[in-house]
Amino acid sequence: MAPPLRPVTAGHPGRGGAGALRAGGLLRPGGLLRYVPALTLSLFLAPIAAGLVGTWLPAFGWLPALGGQSFGLSAWRALFAAPELPGAVALTLGTGILATVLSFALAVGFCAACHGTRSFAWLRHVLAPLLAVPHAAVAIGLAFLIAPSGWIARLLSPWATGWETPPDLAVVRDPYGLSLVLGLVLKETPYLLLMSLGALGQVQAERAVAVARALGYGPATAWLKAVLPQIYPQIRLPLYAVLAFSLSVVDVALVLGPGTPPPLAPLLLRWFNDPDLTMRFQAAAGAGLQLVLVAAAVALWAGGERLVGRLVRPWLSSGGRGGAGESLARRVIGGVTAGLIGAAALCLAGLAVWSVADRWRYPDPLPTTWTLGNWQRHVEALAWPAWTTLTVGLAAAALATALVLGCLENEQRHGLRPSARGLWLLYAPLMVPQVSFLFGAQVLLVRLGLDGTWPALVWSHLLFVLPYVFLSLADPYRALDERYARTALCLGASPARVFWRVKLPMLLRPVLVAFAIGFAVSVSLYLPTLFAGGGRYATLTTEAVSLAAGADRRVVGVYAFLQAMLPLLAFAAALALPAALRRRRPRRAMRRGSGSEGAG
Amino acid sequence: MSGGALRLCKVSLRLGPRLLLPPLSLTVRAGEVVTVTGPSGCGKSSLLAYLCGTLDPAFRASGRVFVGAVDVTGLPPERRRIGILFQDDLLFPHLTVGENLAFGLPAAVRRGRDRRERVEATLAEAGLAGFAHRDPATLSGGQRARVALLRMLLSEPAALLLDEPFSKLDPALRAKFRQTVFDHVRRRALPTLLVTHDPADAEAAGGRVVAFGHAPADDPAAGPATEGKAGGPVAVIRPAPLPRRS
Amino acid sequence: MPSRRTALRALAVLAAAPALLGRWAARGAEVPEDWGAILERARGQTVYFNAWGGDERINAYIAWVGEAVAERFGVTLRHVKLADTAEAVSRVLAEKVAGRTEGGSVDLIWLNGENFAAMKAQGLLFGPFTHLTPNYRLVDTEDKPSTTIDFTVPVEGMEAPWGMAQLVFLYDTARIGGSPPRSMAALLDWARSHPGRFTYPAPPDFIGTTFVKQAIYELAEDPDLLQRPATDQAFAAVTAPLWSWLDALHLHLWRDGKQFPQNNPMLKRLLDDGEIDIALSFNPGDASSAIAQGLLPETVRTYVLERGTIGNTHFVAIPFNARAKEGAMVVANFLMSPEAQLRKQDPAIWGDPTVLDMDKLSPEDRVRFESLPLGVATLSAEELGPVLLEPHPSWVARIEAEWRRRYGR
Repeated sequence: MAPPLRPVTAGHPGRGGAGALRAGGLLRPGGLLRYVPALTLSLFLAPIAAGLVGTWLPAFGWLPALGGQSFGLSAWRALFAAPELPGAVALTLGTGILATVLSFALAVGFCAACHGTRSFAWLRHVLAPLLAVPHAAVAIGLAFLIAPSGWIARLLSPWATGWETPPDLAVVRDPYGLSLVLGLVLKETPYLLLMSLGALGQVQAERAVAVARALGYGPATAWLKAVLPQIYPQIRLPLYAVLAFSLSVVDVALVLGPGTPPPLAPLLLRWFNDPDLTMRFQAAAGAGLQLVLVAAAVALWAGGERLVGRLVRPWLSSGGRGGAGESLARRVIGGVTAGLIGAAALCLAGLAVWSVADRWRYPDPLPTTWTLGNWQRHVEALAWPAWTTLTVGLAAAALATALVLGCLENEQRHGLRPSARGLWLLYAPLMVPQVSFLFGAQVLLVRLGLDGTWPALVWSHLLFVLPYVFLSLADPYRALDERYARTALCLGASPARVFWRVKLPMLLRPVLVAFAIGFAVSVSLYLPTLFAGGGRYATLTTEAVSLAAGADRRVVGVYAFLQAMLPLLAFAAALALPAALRRRRPRRAMRRGSGSEGAG
Repeated sequence: MSGGALRLCKVSLRLGPRLLLPPLSLTVRAGEVVTVTGPSGCGKSSLLAYLCGTLDPAFRASGRVFVGAVDVTGLPPERRRIGILFQDDLLFPHLTVGENLAFGLPAAVRRGRDRRERVEATLAEAGLAGFAHRDPATLSGGQRARVALLRMLLSEPAALLLDEPFSKLDPALRAKFRQTVFDHVRRRALPTLLVTHDPADAEAAGGRVVAFGHAPADDPAAGPATEGKAGGPVAVIRPAPLPRRS
Repeated sequence: MPSRRTALRALAVLAAAPALLGRWAARGAEVPEDWGAILERARGQTVYFNAWGGDERINAYIAWVGEAVAERFGVTLRHVKLADTAEAVSRVLAEKVAGRTEGGSVDLIWLNGENFAAMKAQGLLFGPFTHLTPNYRLVDTEDKPSTTIDFTVPVEGMEAPWGMAQLVFLYDTARIGGSPPRSMAALLDWARSHPGRFTYPAPPDFIGTTFVKQAIYELAEDPDLLQRPATDQAFAAVTAPLWSWLDALHLHLWRDGKQFPQNNPMLKRLLDDGEIDIALSFNPGDASSAIAQGLLPETVRTYVLERGTIGNTHFVAIPFNARAKEGAMVVANFLMSPEAQLRKQDPAIWGDPTVLDMDKLSPEDRVRFESLPLGVATLSAEELGPVLLEPHPSWVARIEAEWRRRYGR
C-alpha cells in the first residue's frame, strides 16, 4: 500500500520535525536529531570553557588542592620574574606572525600569479596529500633536510662546499626561530591555499578576472584587485586559526625551535611538568599570558587589515593595470611554491630513506648500507602506538562526521540559517591555544576519574577534529540542490529516508573526504594525547616527537614515515571508494538518481 | 572609439575529438550588432571566450582575430581592447559604484580629481547622478546592469562581446536596457557580437544572425559561412530579420 | 546554530555526562607479603613502566623484558616513553593532590637522584618493597654504596637498583690524534684550540647537570661541602669558580654556546656526524654498544678524568597509588635477576653495568658475566678509576636554576 503523501511543509521552520502528530518528546522523529547541536556544543565548548577556567583560576592563586586558597598576583609576579620569559615571548610573537604573513603572502601570491595556468590545476591534486601529512613528520623531516649535517649538505659536500666536517652553523633550532618559521610555512601555505580555493569557488572568480582583464588589467593585478578583496572575508577565520596555531604550537617548536629559550608554549609545558609543584601556578599564569598573546596578535592583525584596507582602497580603482613584471613574478612565485612542495616531498623522502638505512654517515649522499631490519625490529614496538593512532583517529573522525551530519541535517530540516557567530564558535578550539586550556581540562578529567581512559582520549581529539570536518563538509552539504530532497519528500519518503537514500549517497565523496581530513587531524595531534592520555596512551605522533629528541634517525624515520602514511592512505581510500562503489552497483534500466557526483 | 571592424578568419573550435565549430569567417562592421544563436552547449560562449582571450585550455581553437587593423590572436586579454558583458553584472562587491566605474577608467587619466569628474559625468549622463558612493548591492538589477555597461564603455574598447547580458533582467527592463546598449554601440561605432537565446534580441539588434546548429539538408534562406560536412556542426549566417509590424 | 533552547539542552547533556560515563578507577586490596602470593596477584596485570625513551637500545631492552615477563609471569608490560622523568613524577604528584590514592596511571618509574628525593619526601612512593623481592639479595650493597644511598638520601628499600652509571668521555680517535684532555682545565685549553668541537646537553638534562657537577668537583676549593645540604653562602662560595670557568668555556663551544643538544643521544649523534669531537655518557658501555649498533664510528673510544668521575646507581620505584603494584614488583625483581642483568651488560644490547655482586651469584652465572666481552670502547673496572659520589640533591636544583638564569636565555 502506498504511503500517503506527506505535506511539503513537513519541515516547516520553527515547528517540530515531521510526524508532529506522534506523542512523546524525545522519541519523535526529528526529536533526537534536535539534540545533536546541543550535544555537539556541550562536547565542544563547555569543556573548553571549563578548561580555561581551570587554568585561569590557578593563575590567580586559586588551587585548593595545592594549597592555593587566596587570590593574588604572586603567580604573575613569578612569571614575569622568570629569566626566560622575555626571550620566549619575543620569539613566540616574532615567529608566529612572520610564519603567518609568509604563508598568506605565498598563498595569495601563488593564486594571483598562477591562477588559470596548468600549475594551478596540478596544485589542487597535490594539496590533499600535503595537508594530510602531520606537522610533526614534516618538522622532523625538515630538521634532517636543512641541518648542517643534513641531506642537502650531504648531497653538496664536499665537492661543492668544501665541508669535510659539518660547518658550525646554527640552521636548525637557530636562536631566531627561522627554521621553525620554515617548518610552519611548509604546512600553513597549503592549508591557506585550500581555504582560498574553496573561497574562490563561491565568488565567480574566473568571471571577475575575465571582466577585469577585458578592461585591460594584467592577470595577477586583475586577481589582486578584483578577487582578493572578495575572498578575504572568507579566509579571515582560517588566517586567524593559522596565526593562533603558529603562536602556540608545541610539537613543531620542540623539533625545530630553539631551546634556550624556547617559544612560550614549550616553555609552559616544561613548567607544567616540573616536579616542583609550585611551578604550576606560574605555568597557569603563563598559559593565561599565552591566551592574551594570541588575542593581542589577532587584534593586531585585524587592525592591520583595516589599515591596509584603507590604504589600498584608492589603489584598487586608480586604474593601474599592472602587467609589467608579471611574467617574472609568475615564474618567481611559481618557483618558490614548487620549491616548498619539493621541500615537503624531500622531508618525507628523507624519513623514508632513514627508515631503511643501516649506516649513513656524513658526507655520503645516500646510506652506505641498507636494511629492512629497522622495520623488523620495531614492528612490535610500533604495534601499540599505531593501533592507538588508528583506532582513536577512526573513532574521532567517525563521531565528528556523524555529529556534523546531524547538525547540518538539523539545520536544513528546521530551516535554520548558518550564522557567523556559529562559525566563530566552531573555530574556538582552533583559536584558543591548546596549552591554555588543556591543563584545566586535564584537572577536570582527573576530577571525573576519566583521565587516561580511551573515551577521554577520543573526546580530546574530537575537540579539534570537529571544526575541520565541519568546515570541509558544510559547503558541499549546503550547496546540494534542495530540490532533490523536496522531490523525494513529495514522492512520499520520510525525511530520514531522504537523508539516508538521497542526500548521503549523493554526497558520498565530500563525506569521505571530510572523514579523511578528520582522521588526518587526529593523527597529527600531540598535546591533547599527552594531556588526556594520562601517560597511558601513546600515538605515533607522541612517539615520533619524543624520539626526534633522540639520536637514532633510523627509528625516527620508521615512526615518522608511518605517521605520515596513515592519513595519506585514508585520503587515497576516500577518493577511491566512491568510484569503486559505483562500479559495483548493478546497472538497471530504471537507474536511481543517487549516482551523480552531487556537490562533490 | 574606433572605426575598425571585428574580423574573424577561419575561427574553429574543438573540444577533445569533437568538432564544435568548423572554420568560421566573419566580418563585423563598425556599429553593427551581429547576433549569435544556437542550442545550448554548441559553443557560442566558447567562441566569445576565444575572441576575448580567456578560452579554457581544454578547448583547442585555431583561426585569427583582427580588431581593426591589429591582429589580436595570441595577445593576452588585457591587450586586445575587447570589452565583454556577461549575464551577471559582476560589479565588484567590495567597491562602490563610483570605484567600480573608476576601475574601468584607463590609467592614462591620472589625477584623482580628473577620474572622479569623469565618473560623475558618466553617471549623470546615464541618469544615475549621485550614485557614486552607493554599494552596488543596494542598486536594482537594471541599475546594476547599466553600471556594468558604463564600466565597460569607460575602458574605451575597440570591439564588444555580449554574452546573454539581458537574460537575467525582467522583460520590461530588458527592452529598455537593450535599447541603451545598442544606442551606445551605434554611437561609438563598435563592432559587436551578441550571444542570445531570445529572438527578440536578434530583431532589436537589427544585424545579421549567425545560427549555430547542424546543417539542414537545404536551407534556401542563406549561404553557410562555414565550410562543414553535411550533418556536422555549422554556423549559418542569415541576413537581418525584418522588423515585425506590431 | 546556537540558541537558548540549544544551550539549555547542552546543559542537560553536561549534567548527565558523569552519570553516563561513570568512574574508571579500580579498587585494590592490600599487597601480600609472600612472594608466591605476589606472583599470583601479578598474573594478568598490566604494568605501565614510565621510563625515559630517548635511547632506542634501552627501549629495545625494555621490550625484551616485556616479552619475558609476559611469557613467564603473565604480566603485560607497557613502556611509556618519557622525554623527562619529571613528567611522570609530576603526574603522580598531581594525582596525589587530586586525591587519587588508588588506580594511579604510573606503575613503575625509572629514576634516581633528585626525582627520588622529591618523591620520597612527598610520600609518593610505595614501599619499602625490595625486601620482598628475592633477587635483591644478589645486589652488591657493600662495594657499591650508591645502591643504598641515592644522592646522599638513604634508599631504605623504597627503590630497587637497576644499573650502575659513571660519567665517561667519548672521543673519536680518528680526529683527535694524541690524548684527549683529562681534566677540566685541560678541557678548557683544548676547547680554545679547537673551537666549536665540544658541547654538552643543557641542564636540566641529567648528563648536562652531571657535567656541571663534575666541573664543580674539580674547580671548587672545598668539595666536601657538596655532600651536605646547600646553603646560600656555601652555594655562592663553591660555585663561583665554576661560573667563571663556564663563561670562558662557552665562548668556544659548538654553536658558540648559544644552542645546546637536548640530551645524550643527540650529543652522540653530533659526534657521529662529525660536528663535535668529544661527547659524554653516563654508561661506560655506551660507546661499545653504539658502535655495535651502527650509531658511532668504530674509532670512538672512552676515557675518564684523572681525578675520577661521578658515578651512581639508577633505580626503579613504585608510586604509592600504582594500580598494579604486584606486577610492578615482579618486573622490578626480574630486572634485578642475573639473566636480565647479564643481557643488560652485553655491549651488543645496552652495555649498562650490573648492580649484582659476583660473589653472591651461582658459579655458572659468574662465569657468564666474566666471559661477557667488554666491548671495544669500554674501559675495564680498573681503568674506570675512582668514583666520585653524587652531591646532595639540594645542590642540583640550585645549580640547574642558576645555569638557566645565566645561559638559558
